[in-house]
Amino acid sequence: MEACREESQVKLLGWRRSPYVTRVRIALALKGIDYEFILEDSENKSQLLLQSNPIHKKVPVFFHNGKTLSESTIILEYIEEAWETKAPNLMPKHPYDRALARFWAAFVDDKLLPSVWGLLKWQGEEQQKAVKESLANFSLLEEALRTSSCSGKAYFGGDEIGLVDIALGGPLVHIKNLEKVINIALVDPVKLPLLSAWMARFSETDELKRILPDPADVFEYLSAKRAKVMSTLPGI
Amino acid sequence: MATEGEKGQVKLLGATLSPFVVRVRIALALKGIDYEFIQESMHPKSELLVKSNPVHKKIPVLIHNGKPVCESMIIVQYIEEAWGNKAPNLMPEDPYDRAIARFWAAFVDDKLFPCLRGVFTGQGEQLQKAVEDSVTNFLLIEEALRTNHCFAGKAYFGGDQIGLIDIALGGLSAFIKGLEKATDSVLIDPEKMPLLSAWMDRFFKSDGVKEVMPDVAKQAEFISTRRASMISPPTAN
Repeated sequence: MEACREESQVKLLGWRRSPYVTRVRIALALKGIDYEFILEDSENKSQLLLQSNPIHKKVPVFFHNGKTLSESTIILEYIEEAWETKAPNLMPKHPYDRALARFWAAFVDDKLLPSVWGLLKWQGEEQQKAVKESLANFSLLEEALRTSSCSGKAYFGGDEIGLVDIALGGPLVHIKNLEKVINIALVDPVKLPLLSAWMARFSETDELKRILPDPADVFEYLSAKRAKVMSTLPGI
Repeated sequence: MATEGEKGQVKLLGATLSPFVVRVRIALALKGIDYEFIQESMHPKSELLVKSNPVHKKIPVLIHNGKPVCESMIIVQYIEEAWGNKAPNLMPEDPYDRAIARFWAAFVDDKLFPCLRGVFTGQGEQLQKAVEDSVTNFLLIEEALRTNHCFAGKAYFGGDQIGLIDIALGGLSAFIKGLEKATDSVLIDPEKMPLLSAWMDRFFKSDGVKEVMPDVAKQAEFISTRRASMISPPTAN
């Protein structure tokens, strides 16, 4: 692997537990790009964070040669384009396949994850509705795996991990531990066999194991969030 | 081999007053791409819409050689890439500039538009709050126009020519002006947002835009009618 002078100027601001920071770390690992990981306190936003991402004030924030970027999927496409000649390619070549990749990555962000995060907030009838919505969203992903141009392949990206895999892989540990916290199967191996197999395959990929957040840490975090919500709900 | 520049059959499923459809029409007009415009009524949703966009069942849908592409900004990027050899380029060359373009396009969709939707549906205090939130977001864009080296001093966000951000925000222009009229509010105050205001006037008059941008009066009328039906919904539906 050739050493690139530019790579010493790559920095990532975030914390390990963040699913969105995880996405960027996955992409950097796949491309073999060295970087400085600047740990941000999740409870206390630093001056660096506020100055480098004044619009959203969120992690991840990505620095390359003094230039700053935020928003994880935008950072992913940037990494792909700035290091385009470095294998593997995270985006397909054909414009139509690229549009599909962007579509499903956007689906994860705009539909799937909001429905999943929402599961921490509700109980009773509203929780049932939220569960139904999440399950429907996971089914759509199962369908995508079954019918798209990557059907029969190991990943959404085909034979190799691509944008959609990374988009969904970032929050993977959260999804699996949320299932434990609320005691509901979101990705049932019988109903969603392809997605279930994908999740197992992704989690077991050697390069990624050390990057994915610590499951115990995530479980504790999600449990605490759920407990907080439950304690404020009236008359249970 | 890459099929950039390929012609082939292009259809656009949409409605003339939808700001998201307008975005796509601008991109197609700028690239000089011929297409069949299929008017979608949305009530009820057509079989073609449900078949070509089963996940969201929304317009616009671009159907190129029988294959559907959904989500307006994804469609715009698709148009840029599938007709990559056809000028003008809607995206910059440099990866960082491209990321900035995507960032601000996403800002319009994720931050600004929900506030505009709030103006569209809001009444009384809710409307007031939505207007304030919209203004806050417009001010952030004004500041970007003033200070970001990518945009400062240029005719468009895309530089000398219309680019991705121009299409993302500009596609909403008639909708924004229509909202102002229909709710009697000011979203883009020329005194507080001189750059944004000037940019929008320029955008309205640009080639590729003026032919497809809805008439503001018609847009305002449509919004007013919809707002009225929200307050007193029809008994039969």
